[in-house]
This record gives sequence, C-alpha cells and structure tokens, in this order.
Amino acid sequence: MALSRSITLRRIIRKTCWMLELIRGLGRSGFGFFETLGRFNLFLLKILVGIPAVLVRPRLLIAQLFSVGVLSLPIIVVSGVFVGMVLALQGYNTLVDFGAEESLGVVVALSIVRELGPVVTGLLFAGRAGSALTAEIGLMKATEQLAGMEMMAVDPIHRVIAPRFLAGFISMPLLAAMFSAVGIYGGYFVGVGLLGVDEGAYWSQMQSKVDLYNDVFNGVIKSVVFGFVATWIAVFEGYDTVPTSEGVGRSTTRSVVYAAFAVLGLDFVLTALMFGD
Amino acid sequence: MQSSAEMITPVGSETLVKIRNLHYARGDRVIFDGVDLDIPRGKLTAIMGPSGTGKTTLLSLIGGQLAPDRGSIEVDGQQVQELGRTALYRLRRRMGMLFQSGALLTDLTVFDNVAFPLREHTDLPESMVRDLVLMKLQAVGLRGARDLQPSELSGGMARRVALARAIALDPMMIMYDEPFTGQDPISMGALVQLIRLLNDALGLTSIVVSHDVQETAAIADYIYVISGGKVIGQGTPDTLAKTDSARVQQFMQGLPDGPVPFHYPAPDYTEDLLDA
Ligand SMILES: Nc1ncnc2c1ncn2[C@@H]1O[C@H](COP(=O)(O)OP(=O)(O)OP(=O)(O)O)[C@@H](O)[C@H]1O
Ligand SMILES: [Mg+2]
Repeated sequence: MALSRSITLRRIIRKTCWMLELIRGLGRSGFGFFETLGRFNLFLLKILVGIPAVLVRPRLLIAQLFSVGVLSLPIIVVSGVFVGMVLALQGYNTLVDFGAEESLGVVVALSIVRELGPVVTGLLFAGRAGSALTAEIGLMKATEQLAGMEMMAVDPIHRVIAPRFLAGFISMPLLAAMFSAVGIYGGYFVGVGLLGVDEGAYWSQMQSKVDLYNDVFNGVIKSVVFGFVATWIAVFEGYDTVPTSEGVGRSTTRSVVYAAFAVLGLDFVLTALMFGD
Repeated sequence: MQSSAEMITPVGSETLVKIRNLHYARGDRVIFDGVDLDIPRGKLTAIMGPSGTGKTTLLSLIGGQLAPDRGSIEVDGQQVQELGRTALYRLRRRMGMLFQSGALLTDLTVFDNVAFPLREHTDLPESMVRDLVLMKLQAVGLRGARDLQPSELSGGMARRVALARAIALDPMMIMYDEPFTGQDPISMGALVQLIRLLNDALGLTSIVVSHDVQETAAIADYIYVISGGKVIGQGTPDTLAKTDSARVQQFMQGLPDGPVPFHYPAPDYTEDLLDA
C-alpha cells in the first residue's frame, strides 16, 4: 500500500518536474527570441553608422556590388525570361476565351511589375546572394578573421558588413528591374512570336494601362524593401553565426528561410497598403 | 589588494599591463579565479600553462575582446574594460596580436594581408606600403610568398605571415599566441630569434604564450605559469627552473604525472565507464 503510494507520488513529481522543465524551456526560448530580435535591430543601427565610411571608400563597395549584384544577374535574367514566357502562355489561354488576347501585354506587364518581379527576384536574391553573404561572413567569423580585424582596430561591421549590406540594398532593386524588363520580353516572345498576338496591341495596351506611379513605382518600393530586409537578415545571420562548420551551415539555411518568409510576408503587407484601397 | 600588488616584483620597474584580482568564467566553468599579473614594459614575458587553462582567453581579455567578471586589467595606464569604442580601438592600434590560428583574411593575398593594417590606419603612399610590407615579410622569411593566397600556405607559414602583419604598424606591444606550433626546427629557431630581436631592437613589449618550455625559457625575461585559474609560479627562467613548487616543476619538465592534472575536469573514470 505504502509502496504503491510512493510510486504514484514519484510519478506525480516526475510529471510536475517535466512540466516545470517545459515551462522553463518555453520561457528561455521566448527570452532568447526577444534577445536575438534586439541584437538584430542593434546590428542594423551599427551598420547604418558605418555606411558613410563605405561611401568614402567606394572600392570596397564596388567589389561587393560585383559579387552580390553582377554575379546574381544570370539567374535573375534566365528566371525572368521564363516567368514572362509562362505568364504569356497562361494569360493567353484565359484571355482568348474572352476574345481579349490583345490585352496580353497588360496582363504580363502588370503581373510582373507589381508582383512577380519584386517577389521572385527577392526569393532568388535570398537564395543566391543572401546565402553567399551569410556563408562568407559566417566563415570569416569561424576562422577568427573578424576577431583578428577587431584586434587590428578595424571594425568588422564597418569594413566587412556595411559594404555588403549597401551592395545588397543597391543591387536588389536593379535586379528586380532587370527581371521585369526581360520578363516582359519573354512574354512578348511567346505572345507575339509564337501565339500571334498583335505586336502593336501588346505594346500599346501595356503603355496605356500600366501606370508609372501606381504600378511601376509601387513595384520598385517593394523591391527596395525586400532588398533591405533580405540583405539585413543575410549579414546578421552571418555575423551572429555559431563559429563552427555546423553553425555556418545552419545560419546559411536560416538566412534563406527567414528572408523568404520576410519577402512573402512583407509582400502581403505592402500589397495591402499600396493596392488595396 | 595593495599587499598582493607589492608581492609581485618582476624584472624591470615600469609595468605596461597590470592585471589585478582577475575573475572570469565561461558559464559554470571558472577560467580565472583571482589572477594578479604584471607585464613589464620593454621586456619579453612568457605565459605558460597546460592546454585549456585560459591563456588565449587571457590575451583576449587584455585586448578588450572579452570583459572580466571581476578585477581590473590596465594597459598603459588605461582600464581596458572601461574604455569606449574609440579609445579601445586607439589602444588596439598600438597592440599587435598573433592569433593561434593566424586569422589571415582569406580573400587577400599574403602581401595585402600584411598591408592591411597599414592601408586601414595610415595614408602612406603605395610605394612606401610596399617597402614596409616587404621588410616585414623579409623578417619572417616569406618575402617570396607575397603573391600566394592564404589557402596556399602551410599552417606554420600562415602563422609567420600573421606575425608580419602583427608587426606592420610597429606596435608598442605584441601578444603572441603559440607562435612556435607547427614550425620546423629551422623556422622555429629563426622565429625565436626574431621575437627576441623585435623586442630588443624596436623596444616593444612582448607577451608570448607557448607550450614550448625550452624555446620560451631561452628568450623570456620573466615567466608566469598559470594553472587552474591561478598563477602557480612566476619568476625569471633561472629561478623558475630551480623552484621547489612541484606543480611548476612538473610543467617545466613536462612530466605527465604530478599535481597538475592532464585531464579536463571529469567524473571518476571507472564510474564513468561503468555508467552505461
Ligand atoms: N567560446 C568559448 N565558449 C565556451 N568555453 C570556451 C570558449 N573558448 C574557450 N573556452 C573554454 O575556456 C577554457 C580556456 O580556453 P583557452 O582557449 O583560453 O585555453 P588555452 O590556455 O589557450 O589552451 P591552448 O593552450 O590549448 O590554446 C577552455 O577550458 C575552454 O573549454
Ligand atoms: Mg590557446
């Protein structure tokens, strides 16, 4: 009797301990989350302080513009062409039912300029340039290069992070613009070249229906925001990495996943703000 | 406090680095438990101790990359942990540090690595940067390797390049973290000489962290032996060699068995094995 009671008691204690442990773990991870969030924001502040120094030494920036921007061009251009071609195919199939295939140019241009250009470029940018930035910075941390710089009285945030951040911020809108431009040509190639839409209609309808401020400009705003956030996440994940090979691998994954979430989430918010009256 | 400061009487009078009652812990593991240490100006001071006692940590604390939990670290009259960013960076410009791993910048050539601090901190014309870099590389015997990438260097070579970079700005003090590991006997001999020569010719202050007791004792003016979070022995190489402290003797003679544990703190071996 006494024995079974003591066993039940022990079981209860063990269960409460387990629950306490769970609550404690929840608290700890919640605390950790807000701590990371705080560091994430502080980090941005430090980067922004370092930006003027980068502008004084454009050579660092140019090197990064090359590796972040120029080297991302091929994937952006190729994707843009295909997205435009697919849009034209899909759009044509729907429009032709209503006898409105003349409007294909508008459909392609609006979809790309307002939505797909910034979003797909943002996702590709996070995958191509963001992951590279995270891995590079993370590896520099793991091999003590950042610590070494600090000991040489060179602030790694100014010397390493700020030029990369600025390069990402500048490159992303340009890449998105490039994506949109080639996408529209991709649509032209399929719509006019293969499906026989009237060339004049493709361009003139586009010209009259796509508004510079409402469509193009809003798309540009999106791409600027996505570039800012995706690069910010990428450099932070790299700088904040656990300095081991596994840590760098994890940060790189996190960088891409978080940036993708951020791009898609912000896309919804921005669309609601700009296009939903 | 005061009495412990008076107990320490290293050779030379003026101290460049003054560490008092240093406490530092990483999580639950106490690394320093009340360390007092003086680095005299213009001398070569060696810091020795078993692997994992916190020698690298000590250098990071002196360089202001870590902050002590308690106690004070004073470099050239300034409390390192109280310095603001600008002042700390100004101080670091006068400190060279040779990292255990070398820590070369992998996207720059050997030449550009050594030129890095010069280009960051001075406005010297490129021709003068070139001369200075070649002089430093010549000193470590790697002038011919100037165009190599760090990935093309061996571990020992990388460390010598890092040494050239650490002395590029002619600092007032250099901290060497294990400069001799991975060196063949020839470059080891050359490095030992070079470190001593730099100290004497440039009048700098050197802190050498090393396991190589013979080599280090041959060039050091003063030696601290750290173990278990405390300074367990100090003195000139001669006095240390004759010390009657068993722990210091064990370390100086490299005996595996003795009062200084070879093992990282662990539960009992037998129990650990049986504890399936
Ligand atoms: N980043 C870290 N996080 C947690 N503990 C650490 C970290 N770095 C070092 N330690 C711990 O601090 C202690 C001292 O490390 P340190 O690198 O200073 O030793 P060391 O004396 O330089 O050893 P060695 O001679 O092998 O280089 C070690 O026991 C190690 O476990
Ligand atoms: Mg070490």
